[in-house]
Amino acid sequence: MERIPILRMGSVLLVTIQVDMQDQTAMALQEDLAEKIAKTGASGVLIDISALEIVDSFVGRMLASISGIARILSATTVVVGMQPAVAITLVELGLSLEGVRTALNVERGVQLLERARRGASLEH
Amino acid sequence: MKREQAALLSSLGAGEGHVIDAWLDGTGVTDSAVRRSMTVEAKEIAKALGDGLAAEGDLASLQHGGWAELRHVLETLSSSRAARGQTAGDTSRFILALKKPLFAGLQQQLAADPAALMDAIWATTTLIDQAAQYTVSTFQQAREELIKRQQEELLELSTPVIKLWDGVLAVPMIGVLDSNRTQIVMETLLQSIADTESALAIIDITGVPTVDTLVAQHLLKTVSAIRLMGADCIISGIRPQIAQTIVHLGIDLQGITTKATLADALSLALSRSGWRITREA
Repeated sequence: MERIPILRMGSVLLVTIQVDMQDQTAMALQEDLAEKIAKTGASGVLIDISALEIVDSFVGRMLASISGIARILSATTVVVGMQPAVAITLVELGLSLEGVRTALNVERGVQLLERARRGASLEH
Repeated sequence: MKREQAALLSSLGAGEGHVIDAWLDGTGVTDSAVRRSMTVEAKEIAKALGDGLAAEGDLASLQHGGWAELRHVLETLSSSRAARGQTAGDTSRFILALKKPLFAGLQQQLAADPAALMDAIWATTTLIDQAAQYTVSTFQQAREELIKRQQEELLELSTPVIKLWDGVLAVPMIGVLDSNRTQIVMETLLQSIADTESALAIIDITGVPTVDTLVAQHLLKTVSAIRLMGADCIISGIRPQIAQTIVHLGIDLQGITTKATLADALSLALSRSGWRITREA
């Protein structure tokens, strides 16, 4: 089974999904990511799904649960580059992913994480 | 050639001019200019009918190969009459008026044999009825194609995506929103957001006459999809009556930024992206 690589850039973990997600791949990604966040103490997770053209409800829920897991581990998740067709499908499936942050591209996603981190550090 | 066909052909041919005169008299048209143009049409039909009979076209079915020319003439007649604004009923009445002179001709020839006359009349009436029906169905088909084309054009016309500012897109929605249209608006808007990487989209519903729960649901879906892509959305152009309706229906627009006018929405969009407009002097 193929695993999706998780790259570390400073305090941000970058995940680029380049293949059509199988349920197994999605589960593995969720586990890997949870471990990696805990190990590195990352403050942000950036998931680039611009190459993803097909989603099902399982993948949609996986995105929401990754975001939930990351939040518990005090990291912010941003999903970037969602294709129009994917967005329409998720909405039709009734998954509007409340609580998941989104951005148009990786650049803006990084900006968003940066801002979130600064906001969080001000709180402390 | 069958006996009916021969009889019909000779009653059509027996002084062709006479048949056509009797035919036009039967339509009750008196205006000489109209009558002249009808004479041309009538002659064409009579010729096509005669040729069809000569080619041994089956009297029981207009779809028979021998009637190809007649069908073509009828199609042309139907479309040219429709273009002149005449109804399908007028055209089919015109065709049906051919029966009387043909029956008269048949009676003259077959008066001695009532059984053969009956057969010939029955065969003729079947054919002429089918011809009249054919003009009506051609007319209807042409109309339906026209309506379909106009609907498609309307759909394309009604969903322009406008770039208002760097990173700000606007869609002015006009007309009744149904599932089909919202779907197209949603697709074009999302595609434009992806193409231009605009961070903000404004949906202006000034031109939407009514907002019910279904329309609101469509709007909410569009907003969710835009948010999923990582852009933001403002709904503008909500008229006072529509605001009242939305509240009365108990539609929850929480989490969606709404503005009364497109200008308000644009100024909010500009201030969000850090632009400031100043007026000189």
